[in-house]
Amino acid sequence: MDYGTVLQILDSTVRLGIPLLLACLAGLYSERAGIFDIGLEGKMLMAAMSSATVAALTGSVWIGLLAGIAGSMLFALVHGLASITFRGNQLISGVALNFVASGITVLIAQSIFQQGGRTAPLEGDARFLPIDLPFVEALSGVPVLGPLYAEVISGHSALVYVGILLVPLTWFVLYRTRYGLRLRAVGENPASVDTAGVSVVRLRYSAVMITGVLCGLAGAYMACGLQAGFGREMTAGRGYIALAALIFAKWRPWQALGATMLFGFFQALALRPDVVEAVVRVKVPVPALDALPYILTVVVLAGLVGKAIPPRAGGEPYVKER
Amino acid sequence: MTRLPTWADVVLVPVISLILAAFFAAIVLLAIGQSPWQALSVMVEGALGSAYGWGYTLYYATSFVFTGLAVIIAFHGGLFNIGGEGQAMLGGLGVALVCLYLPMPHWSLTLLLAMAAAMLFGGAWAAVPAYLQAKRGSHIVITTIMFNYIAAALLIYLLVNVLRPDGSMDPASARFSDVVGLPKFQDMPYLQDLFLKYDDAGAVKLGKDGLPTYQRVPANVTFFIALAACLAVWRLLWHTKLGYEMRSFGKQEKAANYAGISSFKIIMVAMVLSGAFSGLMAINNVMGQAERLLQNSAEGAGFIGIAVALMGRNHPLGVLLAAILFGFLYQGGAALGLNTTIPIELRTVLQGLVILFTGALDIMVRMMLGWFFSPRTTVAKGAA
Repeated sequence: MDYGTVLQILDSTVRLGIPLLLACLAGLYSERAGIFDIGLEGKMLMAAMSSATVAALTGSVWIGLLAGIAGSMLFALVHGLASITFRGNQLISGVALNFVASGITVLIAQSIFQQGGRTAPLEGDARFLPIDLPFVEALSGVPVLGPLYAEVISGHSALVYVGILLVPLTWFVLYRTRYGLRLRAVGENPASVDTAGVSVVRLRYSAVMITGVLCGLAGAYMACGLQAGFGREMTAGRGYIALAALIFAKWRPWQALGATMLFGFFQALALRPDVVEAVVRVKVPVPALDALPYILTVVVLAGLVGKAIPPRAGGEPYVKER
Repeated sequence: MTRLPTWADVVLVPVISLILAAFFAAIVLLAIGQSPWQALSVMVEGALGSAYGWGYTLYYATSFVFTGLAVIIAFHGGLFNIGGEGQAMLGGLGVALVCLYLPMPHWSLTLLLAMAAAMLFGGAWAAVPAYLQAKRGSHIVITTIMFNYIAAALLIYLLVNVLRPDGSMDPASARFSDVVGLPKFQDMPYLQDLFLKYDDAGAVKLGKDGLPTYQRVPANVTFFIALAACLAVWRLLWHTKLGYEMRSFGKQEKAANYAGISSFKIIMVAMVLSGAFSGLMAINNVMGQAERLLQNSAEGAGFIGIAVALMGRNHPLGVLLAAILFGFLYQGGAALGLNTTIPIELRTVLQGLVILFTGALDIMVRMMLGWFFSPRTTVAKGAA
């Protein structure tokens, strides 16, 4: 295997890892605040459809992005309503919203575009265009690092860099701001936050809405960056892989970056079974590569590689008066 | 919050949830420029308007009964088994292996073996998450979701690399031999009269051999096994020691432990039984209908089990009724896809809305009803 192939695989790792990263960080805010969210998948799907639809109709990917975020936030709001205001079962709410999203995206796309549940293909300004980072030309002569910079680091769309920057930002918000302290506290012991005179409901809603925004970015990147339009069930379980990555990362931002890039790497490998075969010298079935993130998550959950302990108040609605 | 009378709790809450779900689905239809009334009438006509429609509705309902029962068994043990889909896929694998490699001279013998294999495979697939929950504290919801995906990958691998007959391109097993085919509704005495084909003049259509011809529907003998399963689960949960232990564990884990009920045992038993019932669904779709193992054989029935269990208020009788309702939605949705421009995905939306209102917004519905019920009780008390 030559250096070029390595670079190609790393490049797809970044492309495929970014939607996972965005969704994983989305889940991080919600779950750190004590609201389990298995509806990441549905929110991404909703965002993918809304962004692709609006981008196709207006011709501007940025308006599409806003629409994607709005669509995802609408679902986040319903999830908040069910799990915070009406103290319902958060897992069931997530499952329900995933189904609604799976169906309604096709219904809407079909009624607008009449193309079997797809949106019209996006081109030009209706897609996220690759951005060339500075010095690509200047560094092209440097051996090893030059091509790495040009192929893997440069030449992605804006949301890729936004996603990467969100990692330190999330770290800062979570561990260095008052809001972050409260957010973590409300996920561990909401009563203490309440006693301190901070609204549990408002905090949790804010976290759920941040989840909506980030899932919106993830979905918009899927439909307008990674691919050129929305197709039925296009997220293909990525919301669940992001959830797996979140557990793998034990609900921490830097580790989330590592976990999502690892899972992105597996997805990139699954696209190139020939390369895998050449390296390990055994024919590895593609389904085994597909299943790897899930198997790893189960291994982590089983506590075989350190214990993954979720936020203590996760999944429990907060009742003020007992 | 006001405590509702039992009848309101059992009947009104699910009915109102259903009405709310239908209301929002109607809004969606209006928003995409379709008529909700037309949709409803096409669905009713397609699913319930003929013996043929019923033959499909009850076929789907049979699958949903099994997955619904699977979810309530776990629910009563305080566990949320979201892995019905994967367990049903594995059950299908068990059924297919029996039908392919161990066919008996009579379908009923093969059926018994296939049922055992389906329960064994489905139960085993649920046993791993159960063990991890009981011993290592890994969250059952997450592990069962992961196991759904692992099951899908495993099945694709087996179908493409092992079970696929030579020369075939489809990722599917070979067709089962005719010996193992289950009797369908149109093959059963008395029942078959409902499925007679008539010509335009209204006379019974005869085949070349002079015998009457029947419409072909997928509903099969498994339907009666599903009815028996409802009864068995009801007996198990409310009339056996094990059922009592499961229910008390599900209500209050610590109290159950104090009474000498082992957490490990209950988690294992509840999940393995739950997986076994999900697996059992495969005799309906794999052995009864497809007659070979397909890639996506469970077709989402594992997930619909969640909706069925919530709608059926965690009771086997409720599960049966809710399964028929979802059978109607499924077949009606298919009729929509065939006869109108409304995409078949409407049924996924409805399914999601039903889960949302019966499962997650349940307290909202109760608050609305409590608001309605409370003044009356105070008046009654004042009068007394």
